[in-house]
Amino acid sequence: MKSSLLNMTAVLFGITLVASAGVGAVNMITAEPIEQAKAADTENAVKAVLSGVDFDAIAPADTLMNKNNSTVVVYRAKKGDDVAAYAVKTPSLTKNGFNGKVTLMVGYLPDGVVNDIVVVEQNETPGLGTRMKDEGNSLYLSVRGKNTWEMRNSGALAVRQDGGEVDALTAATISSRAYVNAIEAADAAFRIASGQAGAQEPLAVSGATLTCDGRQPAQQSENGPEAQEGGKNE
Amino acid sequence: MNKLKIVLSGIVKNNPTFVLVLGMCPTLGTTTSAENGMGMGLATMAVLIMSNLVISLVKNIIPDKVRIPAFIVIIASFVTIIEMLMKAYVPALYASLGVFIPLIVVNCIILGRAEAFASKNNAFDSVLDGIGIGLGFTLSLTVIGSVREMLGNGSIFGWSFGISDYTPLIFVLAPGAFLVLGYLMVLFNKLAKR
Amino acid sequence: MEEIIFSGNIPAESITYFAIIIGAIFVNNVVLAQFLGICPFLGVSSKVETSMGMGAAVTFVMAIAAVVAWLIQTYVLVPLDIVYMQTIVFILVIAALVQMVEIILKKLSPSLYQALGIFLPLITTNCAVLGVAILMIQKEFDLLQSVTFSVATAVGFALALVLFAGIRERLDFEDVPRAFRGIPIALITAGILAMAFMGFSGLV
Repeated sequence: MKSSLLNMTAVLFGITLVASAGVGAVNMITAEPIEQAKAADTENAVKAVLSGVDFDAIAPADTLMNKNNSTVVVYRAKKGDDVAAYAVKTPSLTKNGFNGKVTLMVGYLPDGVVNDIVVVEQNETPGLGTRMKDEGNSLYLSVRGKNTWEMRNSGALAVRQDGGEVDALTAATISSRAYVNAIEAADAAFRIASGQAGAQEPLAVSGATLTCDGRQPAQQSENGPEAQEGGKNE
Repeated sequence: MNKLKIVLSGIVKNNPTFVLVLGMCPTLGTTTSAENGMGMGLATMAVLIMSNLVISLVKNIIPDKVRIPAFIVIIASFVTIIEMLMKAYVPALYASLGVFIPLIVVNCIILGRAEAFASKNNAFDSVLDGIGIGLGFTLSLTVIGSVREMLGNGSIFGWSFGISDYTPLIFVLAPGAFLVLGYLMVLFNKLAKR
Repeated sequence: MEEIIFSGNIPAESITYFAIIIGAIFVNNVVLAQFLGICPFLGVSSKVETSMGMGAAVTFVMAIAAVVAWLIQTYVLVPLDIVYMQTIVFILVIAALVQMVEIILKKLSPSLYQALGIFLPLITTNCAVLGVAILMIQKEFDLLQSVTFSVATAVGFALALVLFAGIRERLDFEDVPRAFRGIPIALITAGILAMAFMGFSGLV
């Protein structure tokens, strides 16, 4: 075809139109499987951090905060009518890692002790910051099995470079700080959700504040996994 | 041209990685393991086949001066489609390959084959070319990924030989990519000459 | 089931500009650590002079592309909920920008235009340019951070390119085994250069 201005514009416009339509169509088709894949991932993360906990079902989640794309979600694992454990999915709120937020899923026992931690999302430098998701890494070992509220009060919930007692990953201080920041947020959210914080108690998280404004009967919550049978883990 | 020859030449004589030296970015960036390399190769092959097909079908209605932008739009659409399909059905692989999936659109192989082959041949041959070059790319990436994973992690396709404490980590990091590719290229060229 | 109402404030980003710049140039060098921009890296780096020209051209394209891409993402793609069009839109923006640079360069510096030759239009397919645009959106940088990030990345690209060209110019006089000549020895050199840059890892 000759390269006249009309032909060129028409063909380019036509191709772009067809292309956009095609892409849009596939987008609609794949939107649901993508959501399902994400929900399955979250489910698996919740179950992973609740390992060793005896529970029947996971209640629909509470979304705690929805500003600036920072959503903190609390899941309750119930045995009968009692809450057996909490799982908090939280991004680092005020400190980014090297490449954006670090998002953790932290499992809490009702007494405030960390049961397990799973790294849900991170984009850190391979071999350095990505070690935060390795088994038995120094960040994990510094926090697991500890009561993070007590750590916060005693100033221990910070990397050693900042005066705390958390062993940062070698050569990955920024990533480690983000990890700790996420733990702080999880701790605050857990205390608020489990009722251990007062109704109006602001809980500072390195400069962010989470304030519990009160409790209300909920509308249908569309986030998080449906209530389902959990396994009886050993 | 002999149809089988079109496919085979993409694997050896015109191997995009070791002979044509195209598509270096994903070759170095996604071969941290055999599985990642293979996944990337297959994704690229899918885009290559589809874009070769469509371009060879519409080549006569595209004015010459807007050839390149038109090809780019077509390729970019298929990349986006593949991206969405991967996100939905193989999310773990999608997360490992990261930014390199949208970067398939600037993979010189695809634009290069569109220019060199699809814009001059019929649809059937273009698809065969896409398959051949795609297979060549996938094989190269899988081999490089396997070498790097073996040397750097003591495993292959995730099956560990339990020696990962003793393997030099450098091979799954940046410098290792360059080194492995360089040496494999020498090996390939020596073998291919025989 | 009850809902717990929260309020609160989350202060802005705390990653410093210093960390962005040092990170982009040294620690996460776009070529030697992230593998973006390899084709021009291997293709243009045989002479120091062309490398510097290429580096300048890429810096210019990357900086403007970053601004335009950020604006389009924030004011068009997100509000209209068509973020999936990102790849297509970004690559078209880059293609248009490169055309513009070609025209400008032809007028301002015909000798550089000649020297860069085929590599100038190839900036369109330079993974680094598209890669930077996508990455800065992923990292959720604001406009000023995005520009800082892309300019710093381009500087890192130019730095790697010029360093590499310097080494290659000297390699030309060495007695390289026949099987290694050309791309293989260049790759192995790049690997060693990448190892050197790994030394920057603990910096930020």
